[in-house]
Amino acid sequence: MDPVLTKHIGEPNAQTLDFSLQHGAYAGLRKALGMAPDEIIDWVKKSGLRGRGGAGFPTGMKWGFVPKDSPKAKYLCVNADESEPGTFKDHVLMERNPHLFFEGCVIACRAIRAKVCYIYIRGEFYHLQRVLETELARAYEAGFVGANILGSGEHVDIYIHRGAGAYEAGEETALIESLEGKRAQPRLKPPFPAVVGLYGCPTVVNNVETLCNVPLIFDRGWEWYAGIGPDKNTGPKLYCVSGHVNRPGVYEADMSVTLRQLIYDYAGGIPGGRQLKAVIPGGSSTNVLPADKIDVAASFDGLVQAGSMLGSAGIIVMDETTSMVWVAKNLLHFYEHESCGKCTPCREGTDWLYKILSKVERGEGELRDLGLLFSVADNIGGKTLCPFGDAVVPPVASTLQHFREDYETHVRVGRPPLPPWRAQEELIGAH
Amino acid sequence: MSFHPQMPYGEGWHRSQRRVPPDGPPFAFTPENLARLEDICSHYPPEQRKSAIIAALYLVQEQQGYITGNAMQHVAGVIGCAPAQVEDVVSYYVMFFTRPVGTYVVQVCRTLSCALRGAERVTEALCRHLHVSPGETTPDGMFTVVEFECLGACDRAPVIMVNNEHWHECQDPDKVTELVDALRSDGVAALSGCHLVKER
Repeated sequence: MDPVLTKHIGEPNAQTLDFSLQHGAYAGLRKALGMAPDEIIDWVKKSGLRGRGGAGFPTGMKWGFVPKDSPKAKYLCVNADESEPGTFKDHVLMERNPHLFFEGCVIACRAIRAKVCYIYIRGEFYHLQRVLETELARAYEAGFVGANILGSGEHVDIYIHRGAGAYEAGEETALIESLEGKRAQPRLKPPFPAVVGLYGCPTVVNNVETLCNVPLIFDRGWEWYAGIGPDKNTGPKLYCVSGHVNRPGVYEADMSVTLRQLIYDYAGGIPGGRQLKAVIPGGSSTNVLPADKIDVAASFDGLVQAGSMLGSAGIIVMDETTSMVWVAKNLLHFYEHESCGKCTPCREGTDWLYKILSKVERGEGELRDLGLLFSVADNIGGKTLCPFGDAVVPPVASTLQHFREDYETHVRVGRPPLPPWRAQEELIGAH
Repeated sequence: MSFHPQMPYGEGWHRSQRRVPPDGPPFAFTPENLARLEDICSHYPPEQRKSAIIAALYLVQEQQGYITGNAMQHVAGVIGCAPAQVEDVVSYYVMFFTRPVGTYVVQVCRTLSCALRGAERVTEALCRHLHVSPGETTPDGMFTVVEFECLGACDRAPVIMVNNEHWHECQDPDKVTELVDALRSDGVAALSGCHLVKER
């Protein structure tokens, strides 16, 4: 398919209002302003749009959960806390196509009857915040955001809220806590944010890419949108390919594309003619797939059938020289550092897993440590308030399942020597 | 007792623990920063000024370089909340410094995608060149080297951020030592920024 979301990202000044208007920006908003909120939700439901943040929950259904008759204010919070290792798609959209993003925010606000939208952007995206602020001011001036939008009487204010370095803020209730000026720690659900969210009011939390898809549904019609990609996995999708590939980057495709195509056709294959060893298909919190499992559709349902998840579509490619024990140790350092500490199994368990993996990786482990890894991981998954606990399990369990020989090598022989190109500080020069 | 029979109870510091820094010198916002903070507070409902705590702490850091006990007391006063609520936030988020740091805090991404492309080598080269370990500041107060978790620029790995704001992409051990010297002479203008910001 031809790119839709990223069609113009490489062109000069693609982020500006003038450029965006020349390429059809805010046409979807004009149509949506002529529709009742329920009709907007109905269109999004019929389009089949599923949330791009990780869980793949139907967006229209999520919006429909907001109580219409509640006297309280309603809020839209945008999850721009893109922190899942291997993911960098929202970054590109906000930077190069911000008006599509704002357009989606305003349509979503109309659908859920919200007057205020907060964009929660991760603290590390300071340069992006400045781009968004500049373009948001232009959108206000031109009457696409603010009071009486395009003469319709609709009023939506958009504010940008910068976080300060916490992976956990990407979980929707933790994001709301952080927006309220607290630690980013999750809340017990239910009640769900749609009923009790920001400041105790009905709130929808959507991912940036999800909202960027919304204007397309109104600009071109839900029938067009539903016709892209396989059944129940509709619409254009952004894939982030990184690691051992020749052309790392963000690629747009419909969800019939396979992992093999993404790695070898889009991202140009593996440098130095080396062989593929493993792929993480949807950010570090999804199961690793071995090289013989990449002929599957990179869709929500296709990757579940293959034993993993689409998640945030952060595809991390690892070549034959990579030790999967080292990979698991690297990721558990991340989870140990980022665990918010609210639930004991996750706070303590991530620390233990990292310690055991460090020991095994150094070549000082014993075979019974491998069983201990399973046991500790099993005591975290499903036993925490938020999905972070479940996210810790895949890097350990799936590497153990598919690459047990790597672990046994570390235990029996010791740490394998680094491949020459990595030890001698010669990076794979694909930059 | 730990809930897993084969593992000892956790040790070391965790971000969920509260750690209150020393009071430090007296602190008050400059009139300009106070006005900026009030502008940010206006983004939230009047009874929800606490939402601006993170923004207020960034302003403290901009004004004083790092966050002290006195600064947190002042922020609590301006926001209208308990000092403990500010302490909670400071100790939890990793982008707040609670002790003096170098003029340039060099934050090297260490998570998988960067690591697969040699981030460990970059950190080693940086530390060797500056004669420090990760977390330390050079004696002249110019550089602090910090390892950082995923910055979300995995296609331009390994990535470095300086002072929480400025990005520098596609590093290797040779380039990073040159970068240090360029920072000394040219300041943050030496940094590549995010390549998307510049036209492609």
